[in-house]
Amino acid sequence: MASIAKEWREIPGRYNLEGSKCPVCGKVYFPKRGICPECRRESLGKMEDYSVSREGEVYSFSIVHEAPAFTSKLKPYAVVMVRTTDGIMISGQLVDVNLEDVRIGMPVRAVLRRISDDGPSGVIHYGYKFVPN
Amino acid sequence: MRDVAIIGVGVTRFGEIWNKSFRAIGIEAGLKAIADAGLAGDEIDGLFIGNMSAGRFVNQQHIDALIADYSGMASNHVPAVRVEAGDASGGVAFRQAVMAVASGMHDTVLVGGAEKMTDLDDASVNSIVDATADAEWEAAMGLTFPSLHAMIARRIIHDGIATREEIASVSVNSHAHGALNPDAQFRKAITLDTVLKSGPVAEPLGMFDCAPISDGAAAVVLCPLEKAKEFTDSYVKVAAVAQASDTLALFQREDITTYGATVAAANRAYEAAGITAADIQVAEVHDNYTVGGILAVQDLGFAKRGEAGKTFLEGGYQVGAGKLAVNTSGGLKARGHPIGATGVAQIVEIAQQMRGAADKRQVANPRYGLAQSVGGTGSAVTVSILEAI
Repeated sequence: MASIAKEWREIPGRYNLEGSKCPVCGKVYFPKRGICPECRRESLGKMEDYSVSREGEVYSFSIVHEAPAFTSKLKPYAVVMVRTTDGIMISGQLVDVNLEDVRIGMPVRAVLRRISDDGPSGVIHYGYKFVPN
Repeated sequence: MRDVAIIGVGVTRFGEIWNKSFRAIGIEAGLKAIADAGLAGDEIDGLFIGNMSAGRFVNQQHIDALIADYSGMASNHVPAVRVEAGDASGGVAFRQAVMAVASGMHDTVLVGGAEKMTDLDDASVNSIVDATADAEWEAAMGLTFPSLHAMIARRIIHDGIATREEIASVSVNSHAHGALNPDAQFRKAITLDTVLKSGPVAEPLGMFDCAPISDGAAAVVLCPLEKAKEFTDSYVKVAAVAQASDTLALFQREDITTYGATVAAANRAYEAAGITAADIQVAEVHDNYTVGGILAVQDLGFAKRGEAGKTFLEGGYQVGAGKLAVNTSGGLKARGHPIGATGVAQIVEIAQQMRGAADKRQVANPRYGLAQSVGGTGSAVTVSILEAI
């Protein structure tokens, strides 16, 4: 589903949760942004790389039963919005979990997992998924 | 700026229209609207079309030229513009057309919305719909469009804003109205149990919480209010067209139990029309998922936070039940949701209500009606207010 370059250039975000920090107001964003939506022009060209905390808790979740081709083998599977310990929200899959046990407030951490691939002989794309912590 | 009127409306049946092509349904709605306005067609000097993804649904880009050509307007070299804003494509196209007439750049404009979704299998359609969320950081990570709305619903239930039953009752409301609409995809009333026991799509939402995959088109004709009488006695004033934006990704919001863009667009619309939410008697809201109906009623100011669901569950938004009727067309859930057409079809329904032409689903003597169109998870919202003349 994805070209090699399209995934390759997102590796810092996908592998290391690399986002941006505004040096003007200190606010942190994920994924990366070229400007801070609060400080706008003042932040232009000054945004710093910032790796978001890999730990947090579930803010909301859903169990997916109808899925696109690249995740259809996983269904049913859990997706979550996670509030990290540094206050950032990130969405992803929650794996290695009994689906009945998923709940709001559940402590989780981000791990590196296989996300998708470009077919049997294509490139495998990795990125973050969450597991219970 | 000039005041703008709607002088004609047209809509196709919504549903699985296998015997008609994208261009055929688009033209059908447009010609109905032109005929309804009593025009010959030569008066039209601008064309706006809301369409989300003909490029992926039917492998046709450049549909502005296609529709201009097959509606016979290319022979007059009428400028045509295609507008895309996810699920809000039709709503934004309507606003662009109103602005074109209000500004004086155009006089008589046809605004259409069309989508042909059933030429593809469901999985392909769903992946196109998923791309209206953040494709890189939501869809690519395995989040589906229904699952994003399911997470909103989960949080709304968790925070005590609405119960699962109240959320499900939005679908019951839409189906009850759809049963009264001959152009609706589903013309059958359902019970709460049907929604609650439907197969899971993205828990807690099931099949009957989700709008269907649909084909269909809708169109309206606009002209300056002062010229409307030259064409028809049955016209409607456009009292406001407002639009607002928000983050593309749902996870970047501080609060997912409200759509800030709906609140902003509604405030702008009420101010422009010089009215408040209490003046609205009929509203078409974006219930692509049932939870969207709860969010809409709350964020448009029709109910306080925590009270929208109760009124839905009691049947309080049915025609004739209270001061406000919601989704008299059947909403996206029962009338159907051919994405680009939806925002324009909402305008058609409200215009018909203002004209007193909504037949069995007519609201008694309405003066103001509202349409809310939502792109993504509240990333683009239009709120339009129509006034009966």
